[in-house]
This record gives sequence, structure tokens and C-alpha cells, in this order.
Amino acid sequence: MATKSMVAAGERARAAGGPITKRRRRMNGDMVIAFFVLLPSILAVAIFIYTAIGWTFYISTVKWNSQIIDYTFVGLRNWSRLFSDNRFYADLRNLVYYAIGFMSQCIIFGFIIASLLDQKIRGEILFRTIVILPFAVSGIVTGVAWRWLMQPTTGINLLFAKIGLENFQPVWISHPDYGMWAVTIATSWQFTGYVMALYLAGLRGIPQELREAASIDGAGTYATYRYIIIPLLMPVTFTAIVLTGMNSIRVFDVLASMSGSGPAFATDTLAFFMYQSTFGAYRYSLGATIGAFMILLSAFLIVPYLRSMRDEVER
Amino acid sequence: MTLQRIWTRGAIYLVLAAFCAFYLMPFYVMVITSLKPYTDVNVTRMWELPKGIYFEGIIQAWTTVAPNFWNSIVITVPAVLISSLMGSVNGYIFAKWRFRGADTLFILFLVGMFLPYQGILIPLVLTLQAFGLYGKVIGLIMVHCIFGIPITALLFRSYYTGIPNELLDAAKIDGCGFFGIYRYILLPISMPAFAVVLLWQFTSIWNDYLIGLVVLGNPRLAPINVAVVNIAGSWTVEWNVQMAAALIAAMPTILVYLLLGKLFMRGLLAGSLKG
Repeated sequence: MATKSMVAAGERARAAGGPITKRRRRMNGDMVIAFFVLLPSILAVAIFIYTAIGWTFYISTVKWNSQIIDYTFVGLRNWSRLFSDNRFYADLRNLVYYAIGFMSQCIIFGFIIASLLDQKIRGEILFRTIVILPFAVSGIVTGVAWRWLMQPTTGINLLFAKIGLENFQPVWISHPDYGMWAVTIATSWQFTGYVMALYLAGLRGIPQELREAASIDGAGTYATYRYIIIPLLMPVTFTAIVLTGMNSIRVFDVLASMSGSGPAFATDTLAFFMYQSTFGAYRYSLGATIGAFMILLSAFLIVPYLRSMRDEVER
Repeated sequence: MTLQRIWTRGAIYLVLAAFCAFYLMPFYVMVITSLKPYTDVNVTRMWELPKGIYFEGIIQAWTTVAPNFWNSIVITVPAVLISSLMGSVNGYIFAKWRFRGADTLFILFLVGMFLPYQGILIPLVLTLQAFGLYGKVIGLIMVHCIFGIPITALLFRSYYTGIPNELLDAAKIDGCGFFGIYRYILLPISMPAFAVVLLWQFTSIWNDYLIGLVVLGNPRLAPINVAVVNIAGSWTVEWNVQMAAALIAAMPTILVYLLLGKLFMRGLLAGSLKG
């Protein structure tokens, strides 16, 4: 009897997996070594990520708004100052514009291109390579190239003029209201390939039988996509929303080389505001407040995403 | 093939070709503009091919950014190698030595992947100053390694999870310990994972702008993308030189990507956690 239950326990441990669990979760010698090998990374993450987050929030509650370090507690004064700053509201508006423009372009075009590439296309690798190529270049390079393309007197406007649109000559990034939309064209140019790759992998994961079954049931292309493929790709769409959402919150590089803050902060972002307040104006507490606000914003995306991942990790 | 099918196929290829034209357009402009001489850079002839191939723009750009290009190499190469090696060991632990709390720890690590850096930038500078590493290349390399911990651990962990535990058990019976299993069992079969991680880290560290800008105040030490911004920011520099500088900055990652595109694709998928 005793042996039998031991075997059963062994089986259960085997199901749980791992050479360790088999002998119960005992801290044996190798386990201790594993922990100590991991320790430097744990410390690095603890210091540079978690302590840093706490520290940023702490700095946001002190009076350190000059080059001289000053940890005098001022409560939420920096926060209320931020919330009464016009630039902050311009940035929030820009974040909404940017997120809508960037996320929808990446997701819609990424999905369309992936669906087209999934139709047994000759030269798929070539098409795929071209679409992802922009993802290999930096935000800075993207900004330099697109600033040239979006010059009002040349670039895309020149192409518009050539096809008879002499009167449609937008000023792109210099427009006080629509500048941010123009920026999203450049950044989604860079990022759509990534989203496309996610969708393509998702499409490849859908069993062929499902599509065949749908077509036997008389579902046309539209119905197949509407009722089978798009719902099955929801996890990919969720991932794409999180990734593009994160990018929307921290957009910085492309602005540094493309448009800067723009006229009347038309293309300003929180990341840009934070950088200039901190390293340009030495208003560290204000900068920390903006940074802390950005962390709070991204928590809305990070937390559900990690929660959805947890089940996968703890198999 | 029915007529309708030919139509559909034709339309699909046409739309794909149009998308490709859009994605190639900035590259086309960058290449032709950087090959034009100063006198030929003209807003009304932007889309026209250069009248010949002139390297003056590229040479002028190179003389300006060459020191920064080397800085980028000095920063990127060690950072990529160290962070990949760290990622490999960390991934091995998270996959095969799941001590109590290891899974929670792993999730906590992953937060670092998504964090907006602006939220930790000021403490980063203060911490580096405290260690005497602020403004130093070695400090920047260290920061890149630390910020690479989450993604590299994730990529290696998912690779090692796929390796059967029986293999490890057999090695244990043969007397291998923690290091022995890694050295003799996992490391020799890790090359595909290393390729993906090296590629991923190379592109993200080479393309970094913000961290390099903040950690290295000195423009002489700055990486290439910082130099490109400085050139692009001055209106006295001609467009052909700006484009050439951007092209020089983009070239290493483009080449690596074209040569190892397949791996890059795999890295993209693994990097998103859910393929």
C-alpha cells in the first residue's frame, strides 16, 4: 500500500513536471545554486525597475524643481501643477489622437496584409520581408525619412500634385490640429509589419479543416472571416492592442527627429514633456510626476496582459 | 481557373504590390537622396533618380557620424553578448529550476519589458551616479543588459521549456549538476535560441536613442542615433547628408535583418509572448 501511494505521488509530481518537483519541492543543493545564479538579475530588476518606480513616485511628491536636490515633501503639489498645465492636456489629447490613429492603422493594415499573404501567395517571403523591413530601422531613422516626405513643398505633396491634386497639399506634421495624425502615418509605417507578423502566425495556427467546414456549410469569404477567423484571432488582436497601446504611451524617438513638439504642442507627447522638463528645465519633480503618470497609464495595459499570461506561465 | 478567380488573384497581388510600394517608399527616397550631389538636392525633383552616383553626401555624413558609429559598436556588441548569455542562464533557471516563487518572479521580471522608460529615468540617472557609472560607456552597457533581462529570459525560457525533462533527468543520473546540465545538455542545443536573442538584442540596442541620450551626456561618446538627431536638427545640413546619415545608422540592422530575416521573424513572434 505504502509503495503504491508513493508511486501515485511520484506520478502526480511527474505530471507537475520538472526534475525538481519529482522529489517534492525540496530546496536541494542545485536549487540553491540556481537561486544564487539568478540573484544578480533579481537584484538588478529590483533596483532598476521596482525601486526606480517607487523612487519616481517619491520624487513626484517633493520640491525638487531645480538643479539642487531638494527632498522637501510637498504632497501632491506637483501633481496638481501638472493637472493645471495646458501642455499636459495637449499631450493627453495627442495621446488619444495618436493611439486611435496608430493602433487602428497597425491593426487594420496588419490584419489585411496578413490575410492576403495567407492566400498561398507566390513570393510570400519577399512581400513579408518588405513589409517588416521598416521594423528593423530605428525611430530616429523613421523620423528623418518621413520629415522629408512630409515637407509641404515636396515629398508626398509632390506626388499628389503629379496625379492632379494640386489643391490638396496638406502641411502634415506642421498642422496645429492634425499634426499628430501625420506622425502616426510614419510610426505605423514602422510598426505595421510587426502586427502583420503576429496575425500571420495566428492565421497559420488556424486549422485548415475549420475553413473547409465553413465553406461546406456555405459560408462565403466574408462570413468565414466574420464568424470564424476574426473571433479565433482575438488573442492576437489583444496582444496587438497591448503592444501598440504601450508604444502610443511612450512615443518619443520619432518626434525627436521628425517634428519636435510642433506648433502649439500639436505633436507633443508625455514622453517628450517628461524629457524636456527633466533634462532641459531641471524640474525633476515635475518630470517624475509625468513619468509616474505614464506608469499609471501603462498599468491599465500591463496588468490585464500579465494576468492573461499567468496561466500560460504557471503550467 | 475561372475568370472570377483570376480577377481575385490579380487583385490580391495588386494590393500587396501597392502596400510594398508604400513600405519601400521612404527607403527609396533615402537611397536616391543620399546619392545626389549637393547641387542636385531640389524639392521639385525629389522623386527623380540622381543624374549619376555621387558619394559626397555619404562621405560627408560618414566623416560626421563615424565616431558615433564606432561608439554604437563598442556599446552594442558587449551589451548584446552579455545580455544574451545572462538571458540564457536565466531562461534555463525559469524553465527548469522552478524554485518556490520562481513563476511569480518571472512575471515580475516581465513588467520591465512593458514599462515606459520615462517612469524610471530619473532614478536610473541617480543610481548610476551613485555607482560612478553615469556618463560612462560601461554604465550604458550595463543598463542595456539590465533592460534586456526580461525579454531575453522570456525568449530562452520558452525555448528551454520545449526541451524534455527526461533529458535532464538522464544527465542528473550521469552525475551532472546545475552547471553540468547547462554546459553539456542545454548549451550545445541552444544555438537557434541564441540566434533569435542575439538578433533581437542587436536591433533593439543599436536602435536605442533615449537611454543612450540620457546615460551618456557627452556627445562625443553618443551612439549613432543621437548623432543622426543632431545632424537632422541643424537646418544648415543639406538633405542628402541627413539622409545619408540616417541610412548609415540603419544599415547594420537592415543588413542583419535581410541576412537573417527568418530568425528575426521568429524572434518577433516569440517576443510577443503569444504567437
